[in-house]
Amino acid sequence: MTTPPSPRFDAREASKWFFRHGHTGWLGLRFTDQGDNWVELELPWREDLLGDATRPVLASGPIISLMDMASGMAIWQTRGTFAPVATLDLRVDYQRPARERASVRGRVECYRLTRSAAFVRGIAYDDDPDDPVAHVAGVFMTIGADPRSTNPAVQGGGDA
Amino acid sequence: MPEGLELPAYARSLGIVATGESEGGMPVLTVDFGPLVEGRPQHFHGGATAGLLENAGYAALRTALLAAGRDPVMKPINITVQYLAAGKSQASFAVGRITRLGRRNANVTVEAWQTDRARPIATAVMNILMV
Repeated sequence: MTTPPSPRFDAREASKWFFRHGHTGWLGLRFTDQGDNWVELELPWREDLLGDATRPVLASGPIISLMDMASGMAIWQTRGTFAPVATLDLRVDYQRPARERASVRGRVECYRLTRSAAFVRGIAYDDDPDDPVAHVAGVFMTIGADPRSTNPAVQGGGDA
Repeated sequence: MPEGLELPAYARSLGIVATGESEGGMPVLTVDFGPLVEGRPQHFHGGATAGLLENAGYAALRTALLAAGRDPVMKPINITVQYLAAGKSQASFAVGRITRLGRRNANVTVEAWQTDRARPIATAVMNILMV
């Protein structure tokens, strides 16, 4: 017996086409893990993404891109549907440089979802999630159609 | 771009270059629209905009430090990016301004715009440690 395909947003499946082109494709982002309200992506180490001529360490710019993308996907994962969002505010607190020649993983959770706004927080780490490279916090807005007019049948719980 | 202000590998591979213009003595950087910076179709990815802002912030600080005869290692403490309008499919520009240059810490404000300098698409505040 087969079950009909679920319309629910799935970060693993979405990654198969998200990272084929554009900025995230150029960075080579990869899906690594997900939960009900979080997504983890990986930014592979690459020579031409260095931020400092003196050390083989990833620049902070691509880490912002990694966290921005993981944030968006965590929001869709939490909401259960894909709807374009725009970053309103994103803050990155750098704890330490990434290790030399290390890939960086970004794990972001969406801890609060309203009709128009989504609040996220997360960490970037290279080896041990308990020793992060950076902490991030962000706010995103839903764009496009008025979210209040969406079909209640596909809405998540709470007042989302 | 003045001597000593070479952009990092990441900025060069993303296509960020100096325009040769300056504002308040600080270099204006630009990046063309293209697949490398594209997020949702025909718009800048927020991460690419942040990359432009961050590089303009470092370029401004490096400029101020060179003028002061200083050459420390710069380490990022944090960056807060405010997105004000969608980055459309055309070139973006950015320039930094030193709000405070201390001995160990600098506070830098950066603005990015597209066609109209008076209508920024994003701003950033950066704290940078100098050792």
